[in-house]
Amino acid sequence: MTAATTVNLGPVDQIPLAEGRAFAVDGRQIAVFRLRDGTVRALDAVCPHRGGPLADGQLDAEVVLCPLHMNAYRLADGCSTTGQPPVAAYQVTVDDHGDLRVQIG
Amino acid sequence: MSEISATRRRLVVIGNGMAGARTVEEVLERSGPERFEVTMIGSEPYGNYNRILLSHLLAGEEADGDIYLNPTEWYESHGVRLLSGVTATRIDRYAKLVNTDDPTTPTVRYDQLVIATGSTSFLPTMEGMYTDDGAFVAGVFPFRTLDDTRGMIAYARHDHSTRAVVIGGGLLGLEAARGLQSHGLSVDVVHAGTHLMSAQIGPDAGAVLQRSVDRLGIGVHLRARTTALLGSERITGIRLQDGTELPCDMVVIAAGIRPNVELASRSGFTVERAIVVDDAMRTLDDDDVYAVGECVQHRGEVYGLVAPVWEQAVVLADVLTGADPTAAYHGSRTSTKLKVAGVPVAAMGLQAPERDTDEHLVFAEPRRGIYRSLVIRDDKLVGATVVGDESKVAFLTQAYDRGMPLPEERLRMMFDLADGGGDVAVEDLPDDLQVCNCNGVDKGALVHAVQDGCTTVQSVMDRTRAGKGCGSCKVQVCAIVEWAAGGALTVDPSANWYVPGIPLDKPALMAAIRAQHLTSVSAVFAALAPAGAEDARSKMALASLLKMMWDDEYVDERDARFINDRVHANIQRDGTFSVVPQMRGGVTTPDQLRRIADVAEKFDAKLVKLTGGQRIDLLGIRKEDLPQVWADLGMPSGYAYGKSFRTVKTCVGQDFCRFGVGDSTQLGIDIETRYQGLESPAKLKLAVSGCPRNCAESYVKDIGVVAIEGGRWEVYVGGAAGAHIRKGDLLCTVDNPETAVTIVGRFIQYYRENANWLERTYSFVPRVGLERLQAILVDDSDGIAADLDEAVARSVAAYQDPWQQDAAAPATSGQFRTSLPLEVLPKVPVR
Ligand code: SRM
Ligand SMILES: Cc1cc2nc3c(=O)[nH]c(=O)nc-3n(C[C@H](O)[C@H](O)[C@H](O)COP(=O)(O)OP(=O)(O)OC[C@H]3O[C@@H](n4cnc5c(N)ncnc54)[C@H](O)[C@@H]3O)c2cc1C
Ligand code: SF4
Ligand code: FES
Repeated sequence: MTAATTVNLGPVDQIPLAEGRAFAVDGRQIAVFRLRDGTVRALDAVCPHRGGPLADGQLDAEVVLCPLHMNAYRLADGCSTTGQPPVAAYQVTVDDHGDLRVQIG
Repeated sequence: MSEISATRRRLVVIGNGMAGARTVEEVLERSGPERFEVTMIGSEPYGNYNRILLSHLLAGEEADGDIYLNPTEWYESHGVRLLSGVTATRIDRYAKLVNTDDPTTPTVRYDQLVIATGSTSFLPTMEGMYTDDGAFVAGVFPFRTLDDTRGMIAYARHDHSTRAVVIGGGLLGLEAARGLQSHGLSVDVVHAGTHLMSAQIGPDAGAVLQRSVDRLGIGVHLRARTTALLGSERITGIRLQDGTELPCDMVVIAAGIRPNVELASRSGFTVERAIVVDDAMRTLDDDDVYAVGECVQHRGEVYGLVAPVWEQAVVLADVLTGADPTAAYHGSRTSTKLKVAGVPVAAMGLQAPERDTDEHLVFAEPRRGIYRSLVIRDDKLVGATVVGDESKVAFLTQAYDRGMPLPEERLRMMFDLADGGGDVAVEDLPDDLQVCNCNGVDKGALVHAVQDGCTTVQSVMDRTRAGKGCGSCKVQVCAIVEWAAGGALTVDPSANWYVPGIPLDKPALMAAIRAQHLTSVSAVFAALAPAGAEDARSKMALASLLKMMWDDEYVDERDARFINDRVHANIQRDGTFSVVPQMRGGVTTPDQLRRIADVAEKFDAKLVKLTGGQRIDLLGIRKEDLPQVWADLGMPSGYAYGKSFRTVKTCVGQDFCRFGVGDSTQLGIDIETRYQGLESPAKLKLAVSGCPRNCAESYVKDIGVVAIEGGRWEVYVGGAAGAHIRKGDLLCTVDNPETAVTIVGRFIQYYRENANWLERTYSFVPRVGLERLQAILVDDSDGIAADLDEAVARSVAAYQDPWQQDAAAPATSGQFRTSLPLEVLPKVPVR
């Protein structure tokens, strides 16, 4: 068992408001979303349906829609509200310097 | 099969059509699965579907999957054994067995049996109908089953099919004709009678109906008997009794129906015109064998519509389950209320006066396709025919069914007079007035459902089945439910909303946006969404609407755009994008081609393809490369990714083509130059052809322009040749190309302001109605033509090419960053 590690992904303003951007972290692809209220969420970047890029999806405060076939995933826990398998969700925060910190492991 | 429990009676139903399945549903509703072990034997290899909707399926108004009443899972979940694709061949009354043609279940035992075999198409004797091995010659179709209909659709879509003949000018024939027309065929109806729908309406009403049918472009041949079908491999035409030949590629036979009685007569049941039953729907020959539906004859009557069939099913279920052992069917008064090829027709009772003392009121306005005829005897309505207008039908049906006293001033029955006293308000309708004639639902049942807690129109319809037959009563159902709920109705969420996240229809949404001056998508959510909540599913539609409404003033929030509109390219299955540069009117130059070729090589496009829209697609371009691709191309975006104005296809036209009568290429370029990229509720695809040979496929475009002799241009709207096929309607003919450009823009703007999100013109145009569009856009009946022209001009002026804009500097940070950083893209196959 490995302890959870926190990775700094750089400044949060790489991500425009209410959009998502993808990051390669430790061999994984993670999509980080910045909600309109300024908080951030992180999910696996790849849609379990047919591999769509979730970071290109549209979002609101609850879900992100995969751009390929519009399946929806809850930003809080990665569960699909349209009957797909879930995606992994990650802890992510913005630190005092305005950097994104995602927890993996 | 396992041992049968002693307490469960074996109920077997032969025929899995509308009557058989309805009977089983009614039985289960009364007694549940504990008392009956139900087996249904049906020749058709499906669950039960709504046969009435086959005409809608043919016309492309209903999808194949949407017409099922009970899919096969329903049978499983209700414990009903369904032997589908199995035909009953004989009933052994003494052994209480049904023999079938299925080797795995050759016999089925019953305690009680229901015969519900329906009818088949009547096939008049005609030479050349069959091949040597007894099959229909290719291109010949009866019109009764789902398979018939699927066969017709597939055949109509073949390129070799351009003309069809429908034999029979009744309800089914006219519906078939209309349906085939929607697949782009030209259609003739050949009818042996003296007028259309001769079984239901009189000659004068028939003549009025015919005018409406003529106007649809359907050719009608009356008093014409078909004696032979021509063509050996496949149909090439038909021959009439007088020797006339009509060329055609397919023939649909809709000349009436014949009850399916062979099984019953072979098994020793009394059969006259159909299987004879008593008031309990029991056969005369066996107390345990019943019959229901179109295969029965009751008190001398055989019915060919679904309403009586369903009344019978209810009685039969009462009798079978003992819920009401005295239940009796007394026959149905058939008043028909139908839409025939889009024209409403209602007929009840007598077609014409029979006695000297009968009063006869007739009003005909053939130009508008309206006909009303009433026959009154002893102050009671004994017959009525109404064509082309539904307004008085509810009242007349009620007066006829119930023998109500009639207003002294007879005109009131025909027209809404100034004081409005002629029309019956919803609250005045009696409780037992049948509203849904297909499912026999009366006003009382609707009111009851609302009182029982159904709070949406949809839930009332689900509960009562009202509106779920042919659908023609939906307006009345809504009115009654709304009245019954007295304002307490919850509107079906999103049914009329423009977007799912904001509870407003388009006019109300636009009014609120204007009144509160909401110029960004987030402002719209904050002001108008419940709890101000954003909704991802609503963003794209709102972004498009706001851009249309505010042009320059629109505050563009990139997150509101779909990915395609954020990066101005179409996302593909592997996360790469396709790039389609603009080629106005399909015209290009060697220089452009050279640049495209260079870009394709430099960025390793995986496929270079000519599109169906007369331009070139570079596929498999990586997101990161998009800005450089655009810069190198130096061409504007072709908008192949947007819900927007897409392309104008053209043909070479008058400058080169020996048939050309107009410069279609130039007009196409002019239209595309002016309206390029305008956002709209759904895609807009256009074409301009230089003559009616229509090489640019203008008849099947959202907007199609066709040059005709004399320097004039026809403008068609609402055409389609994608998932739906529809020939566009001729909006107007104009004298010069400039007017064509104006009219096209006016239509585009009206569509932008009034269509629902993702509603293509092929739905929008028929919804609004061609006449209404002509009035507004051509005759300026509403006085808004100038406003529309001005609004579209504003949008045109605000237009900026997105490629030039975003190639210079990204609009947001990471706009073109890959979203799959560890994947090596593209993953598409290389050709
Ligand atoms: C590229 C092209 C096929 C080709 O290789 O030729 C194409 C490609 C796509 N079409 Fe199309 N259509 C293309 C011409 C057509 C045509 C023919 C035409 O435009 O003359 C039609 C029939 C006309 C029509 O629009 O109805 C057509 C009817 C559709 C439809 C069905 C629309 C309908 O309501 O009937 C869809 C699905 C939709 O819009 O929801 C669709 C959707 C699509 C999408 C955008 C699917 C998507 O959302 O990703 C395809 C993008 C593939 C990709 O990865 O880039 N495409 N598509 C054609 C681009 C034309 C252009 O230059 O702009
Ligand atoms: C295109 C079309 C449009 C119509 N439009 C309207 C309309 O607008 N309004 C209206 O009121 N009515 C309309 N009708 C009529 C309506 O569909 C019929 O009244 C209704 O379907 C009759 O129901 P039924 O169960 O008696 O017969 P059917 O629905 O025909 O069902 C009989 C079933 O029994 C099966 N069967 C027959 N023999 C056997 C056997 N030996 N073994 C096993 N199975 C067998 C058949 O395959 C069939 O599936 C329309 C009909 C058609 C074809
Ligand atoms: S026909 Fe289907 S597969 Fe082909 S391009 Fe159009 S949408 Fe894609
Ligand atoms: S790949 Fe994401 S919805 Fe299909």
